[in-house]
Amino acid sequence: MKYIPATAAERARMLEAIGVPDVEALFRDVPGEVRLRRPLDLPPAMADQDLLAHMRRLAERNVDCDRLACFLGAGAYDHFVPSTVPHLALRPEFLTAYTPYQAELMQGELQAIYEYQSMMCELLAMDIANASMYDGASATGEAASMAADLTRRSDVLVSTAVHPEYRQVLRTYTSHLPITIREIPASGGVTPAEAARTMITDATAALIVQSPNFFGCLEDGAALARAAHDRGALLVVAISEPVSLGLVTPPGEYGADIVTGEGQALGNALNFGGPYLGIIATRQEFVRRIPGRLVGRTVDTEGRPGYVLTLQTREQHIRRARATSNICTNESLNALIAAVYLATLGKQGIREVAELCARKAHYARERIAGLRGYRIAFEAPTFNEFVVRCPIPPAEINRRLLEHGILGGLALGRFYPDLADAWLLCVTERRTREEIDRLVDHLEALQ
Amino acid sequence: MYPKDLRYSKEHEWARTEGNRVRVGITKFAADRLSDVVYVELPQVGAEVSFMQPFGVVESVKAVSDLYAPVSGRVAEINRALVEKPELINTDPYGEAWMIVVEPRDLAELDRLMDAAAYAAMVGEATS
Repeated sequence: MKYIPATAAERARMLEAIGVPDVEALFRDVPGEVRLRRPLDLPPAMADQDLLAHMRRLAERNVDCDRLACFLGAGAYDHFVPSTVPHLALRPEFLTAYTPYQAELMQGELQAIYEYQSMMCELLAMDIANASMYDGASATGEAASMAADLTRRSDVLVSTAVHPEYRQVLRTYTSHLPITIREIPASGGVTPAEAARTMITDATAALIVQSPNFFGCLEDGAALARAAHDRGALLVVAISEPVSLGLVTPPGEYGADIVTGEGQALGNALNFGGPYLGIIATRQEFVRRIPGRLVGRTVDTEGRPGYVLTLQTREQHIRRARATSNICTNESLNALIAAVYLATLGKQGIREVAELCARKAHYARERIAGLRGYRIAFEAPTFNEFVVRCPIPPAEINRRLLEHGILGGLALGRFYPDLADAWLLCVTERRTREEIDRLVDHLEALQ
Repeated sequence: MYPKDLRYSKEHEWARTEGNRVRVGITKFAADRLSDVVYVELPQVGAEVSFMQPFGVVESVKAVSDLYAPVSGRVAEINRALVEKPELINTDPYGEAWMIVVEPRDLAELDRLMDAAAYAAMVGEATS
């Protein structure tokens, strides 16, 4: 950002032009109680090299997952990123590209998005995926309004085993829409299909579940799909850990109508919690209601293949007030990263990464289950996350593990008061047996 | 351009009385204005439609428009052929491209629509 100087005389001229007596008057709308009524208390100016050294010292107080053994997941995953990913995805031609409106200029970018969409469809076993959205939470909000529009119904049911922050965003998204949100309590770490069947009515637009869910457990997707479809409701499946799809049945195969997801795990760094990658996909028959940009493959006047934004009549610049979504922004760079990651791994590679995650997580799960005072909270099958009930408050465990260079799991009490002693652990392929053993040894020593 | 046996709405739908039922489509003027129609969204059979309320959507390469019911009632038939061949709306708007057949609650509503001459005058003004 360039510094734009203005002299006192220039400021006076500007204030006069807009008819305001002084600069202070511009801030009159800010409530007095939140305004700073004294000068900023800043230390004296530093020399350039002193300032750099100071900033470096501050930066070094941050720790990251290259220096910690990370056992934290809960929606953001510490996977290995192959070197091909930054090498290809961070090329300036891609890095500086904005939404690719101009087919005549942006064939490379459009083709990359088309390939990303195609890979998402294969991964999720769905027909149509869009060019990306903000993140998994907002994509789930979009899915609720899409389902309400498709079914012309207003009731949306969401499992409490869906990521709590996704549910918060879902409520924000729908707070000014004619949509009501009801929650189905998870039981034993999963969403009971019978409870879903009881709660779904003829007014229910969608049942929203997550699998693997927030507790790491795999849902019985087919039973939940039947419960929804028997009453004409849609099944929306949120995926926060797409690497799981290298191993578990994709949602399209058990009857999901709309799939949303968080694509960060696919080659994207943890990025301090964002920018992340919103995935949304659906079946062919619902293509006219999917939000956001879609890239299609076509041929030019000479029959050569080319790529263009397509089916834009869904979108607000044409459909205006009748559009179901106002979204047109996408996370193209994050989507490109996901596409390069998946292309690097290939079909066999994603399966191997998923298997490594599952094996290592199950090794950790078994070892911790053998510790005195610790027990596995839920019996349901898990992928790379699982919940442990602890003899010591999980926040206290995390504090002490951090002293030993280990980033512990999520203390679930923050979101689930009845799970105050529960700890959500994640083990990705990056964790070594030595690190897992070290975690277990520390837990043993803590008692 | 505007058959004399039809009634016309200001939103460019036509209505043809067939015994106790009313067949509905859009006019040649509307089809020409839309240019190439690529998609039509129709209600389900059994759905209720209301006088001059939206019952569906027609989409062309350059616009999306609501379809308004020229009469209230229950949808008895929909033209499924339009799903596969929406271009019929451009080629045969008064024939093969009919959209829905309504079992009307009150045929007198049709009196509130225009005849061919009035409709031609309206679109004549609109085009000038």
